[in-house]
Amino acid sequence: MNAHVQPQPVPGSGIARGDVLLQVDNVSLSFGGVKAITNISFDIRKGEIRAIIGPNGAGKTSMLNVINGFYHPQEGTITWRGEKRRKMKPYEAASQGIARTFQNVALFRGMTTLDNIMTGRGLKMKKSFFWQCLHWGPALTEEIEHRRRVEEIIDFLEIQAIRKTPVGRLPYGLQKRVELARALAMEPDLLLLDEPMAGMNLEEKEDMSRFILDVNQQFGTTIALIEHDMGVVMDLSDRVVVLDYGRKIADGPPEEVQANQDVIDAYLGVPHG
Amino acid sequence: MAGSPVVERLDEDTFPKILLRNARVFADRPSIREKDLGIWQTWTWAEVLDEIRAFSIGLKQSGFKSGDKIAIVGANRPRLYWTMVAAQALGGVPVPVYADSVAEEMVYVLQHAEVRFAAVEDQEQVDKLLSIADRLPLLEHIVYDDTRGLRDYDHTRLHSFEGIQDEGRKAVAADSGAIKAWEAGIAETKGSDLAVMLYTSGTTGQPKGVMLSFDNLVISARNGNTFDKLDEHEEIIAYLPMAWIGDHVFSLAQAYTAGYCVNCPESVETVLSDRREIAPTYFFAPPRVFEGLLTHIMVRMEDAGKLKRKLFDYFLDVAREVGEPILNGEQVSFGDRLKYRLGELLVYGPLKNQMGFNRLKVGYTAGEAIGPEIFRFYRALGLNLKQLYGQTEASVYITMQPDGQIFGDTVGTPAPDVEIKIADSGEVLYRSPGVFVGYYKNEEATSSTKTAEGWVHTGDAGFIDDRGHLKIIDRAKDVGKLQSGSLFAPKYIENKLKFFPNVKEVVAFGDGREFSGVFVNIDLTAVGSWAERNNVNYASYQELAAHPQVYKMIEEHVDQVNRDLASEPMMAGAQIKRFLILHKELDADDGELTRTQKVRRSFIAERYAPLIEALYDGSKTCHVRTEVTFEDGRKGAIEANIQIRDMKTYEPVGGITREAAE
Repeated sequence: MNAHVQPQPVPGSGIARGDVLLQVDNVSLSFGGVKAITNISFDIRKGEIRAIIGPNGAGKTSMLNVINGFYHPQEGTITWRGEKRRKMKPYEAASQGIARTFQNVALFRGMTTLDNIMTGRGLKMKKSFFWQCLHWGPALTEEIEHRRRVEEIIDFLEIQAIRKTPVGRLPYGLQKRVELARALAMEPDLLLLDEPMAGMNLEEKEDMSRFILDVNQQFGTTIALIEHDMGVVMDLSDRVVVLDYGRKIADGPPEEVQANQDVIDAYLGVPHG
Repeated sequence: MAGSPVVERLDEDTFPKILLRNARVFADRPSIREKDLGIWQTWTWAEVLDEIRAFSIGLKQSGFKSGDKIAIVGANRPRLYWTMVAAQALGGVPVPVYADSVAEEMVYVLQHAEVRFAAVEDQEQVDKLLSIADRLPLLEHIVYDDTRGLRDYDHTRLHSFEGIQDEGRKAVAADSGAIKAWEAGIAETKGSDLAVMLYTSGTTGQPKGVMLSFDNLVISARNGNTFDKLDEHEEIIAYLPMAWIGDHVFSLAQAYTAGYCVNCPESVETVLSDRREIAPTYFFAPPRVFEGLLTHIMVRMEDAGKLKRKLFDYFLDVAREVGEPILNGEQVSFGDRLKYRLGELLVYGPLKNQMGFNRLKVGYTAGEAIGPEIFRFYRALGLNLKQLYGQTEASVYITMQPDGQIFGDTVGTPAPDVEIKIADSGEVLYRSPGVFVGYYKNEEATSSTKTAEGWVHTGDAGFIDDRGHLKIIDRAKDVGKLQSGSLFAPKYIENKLKFFPNVKEVVAFGDGREFSGVFVNIDLTAVGSWAERNNVNYASYQELAAHPQVYKMIEEHVDQVNRDLASEPMMAGAQIKRFLILHKELDADDGELTRTQKVRRSFIAERYAPLIEALYDGSKTCHVRTEVTFEDGRKGAIEANIQIRDMKTYEPVGGITREAAE
């Protein structure tokens, strides 16, 4: 269980820690008549843990889908690494350096943990289909290199014992961890976590929090997360943005957001009449 | 091969000296392996010398002096083993500490041992030590193995293992005499020097620091090697706590003296699969490991196809009949041998492979009594599983079962160089070269345990049978009497019940009382699998434990034990009259078990006093509220209504043949 993870130079070309990595400007998104997001602006800085919170239906997951390029907003702009983003095909979005995990675990249930994580490296495999079929020579060398990176992640997330276990047989908490491992395998500049602690017990939550902090510190990965457990959000994140009915109602450090009257009203409701 | 002559030479009387010899004699042979990134990384003896030397010299640079103590906290990692010998080379004394003990438990040991240095595995242990640092004024430096998460810590007192090694390598590069000086320091170490201090897990009271000299360990280890013909070709797997004498002797003392290879598993959870990959030739495990393994196999066989199950059952019967005689070298008919061979091919071989035992030369179990059925199962498969009886104070070995003389109910004959006598009280005493120097800073305890002539009180009651084998009944102080005057040996009763796969733990009460009563813990793996097959739904351990059908099942087991007890004249009076199933698993975190997973009876008696009362006042149910400690130290409570069952007892009858405990 030695750590092999050397502190790496913060990935992302030319953007220093603390600079703006992603900028969202006046973004609106609607599905037909339903307005999911209305005129939202905020930024994510390199190296921080940014939380997006809000009551159910506030538009958090839609926001995440906008950030990773799955949805293209009707209005507003998104600036990723200093470049304004145009509409992208899914595979283009995937190669942008943004990885994510899902609210409901989305793994290949019949495949082993190891194979699932290896799929995270798919985009980084450069050898041609032909070589890969042969599974020999340069393709093998490449795969060994990728396997080494995957093993580092397995070591990092302490999932050695389930390396060869089909994911479908794992308890939920571990599946979530495997999903995080797969996202990490992409070596993303920005990691999006959609409710990483949902459905976990206290011990699993603590483990997951530890891993999120470690990922942030060791790899320097910028993290944006959606989470309902306020304790976790307040402890982990550097800055929090609060959405309600598709609008931004607060943005700032956890203490400040916690004390904000609008936020309290949104969560607890306001007396009418 | 009884070890090459070099191994027998006794000039090397300390581990640092033996290290220098092994690096010369076994230079390219593997010394230690660690599974890392999914691959077994190997260090040869020559490489190990290089690693230890660099670390040792680096340690000296940071102020480590002769006589200093260094705490070792963590799971079995090569670097932690190296740290022990590196410290010994400087005249220091390693003090391994149980890594899973919480900070509070650690304070006492670290204060008592006066450690100046600590070598720990990872961030978890660093955090633990830093949290109690203000109560350890003597602790100056902490060295850690795994750098993960520690980058932003204050590094004035904290050092990485590599950092210290770099210091050492720099010192060697700067001064060509550094290596000579280091080796000269090793030449000064003597066999009578203190080698290690091991704190006993303490079934009662505060832990005591057992001081063992190099002579104690080296001579005992060499005796052990000769007894079982172990040499540099053995492979073992290091997975038991480093603070425990067994691991210290098997993974360090015997490994160094014989020159064999120690394999460190990837993590605690992967031990089973790592063992399968390594296939150790020499293996030690407490009975619960063998029990767990057997339960695991039986549970999996229940889910196997019909043909496989038939084959398994048939050949297991063959093995039960002829396996042991074959292993013991007795006369067996040709037809039976042929059947056994076929079984080996179809069932035993693959089974042993699954368990990682297909290269096993000799396996030991000790610490607690092992169920006769379990013991026989492994031996029937052709595995040379034996029992030994040992103690920290004896550098492990007191008695061992010699090949060919294996009896399930005894722990064997005295180990080489060991003398044994039984006191009038029935307590077992021994004297041997492995007998400890004394308890650290505890003259009183030393003199009450060790007599002036060197005899040591084991605290166990037992007798030597007509075959010359020692038989242990129970802890001397635990053997009591019922009000009726009949003998009450709690462990004897507990073990009988524990031999059922469905039962994980038992606590028996009865000393000075009217009759024997027991608390039962069900085995979640076995009973859970049974529940799944029988469509019994349950949400928690607590619910399953209280299920009427589970009660019925345990009732049958208790009944069987009572029949057994009735057939033994000495024990017949102690049949179980009432029992209950506990609502939670006994746990070391709650103080109910020791760190080596032994039941702390007196603590449990205190904690569950209302339950014991209910056991004896005839009530049918009892309400309890129990405080539990979670892994992170927080506390919670479990409440339950526990049912208590009455049992039928039998008239003592002689001559009834014992039925198989299945």
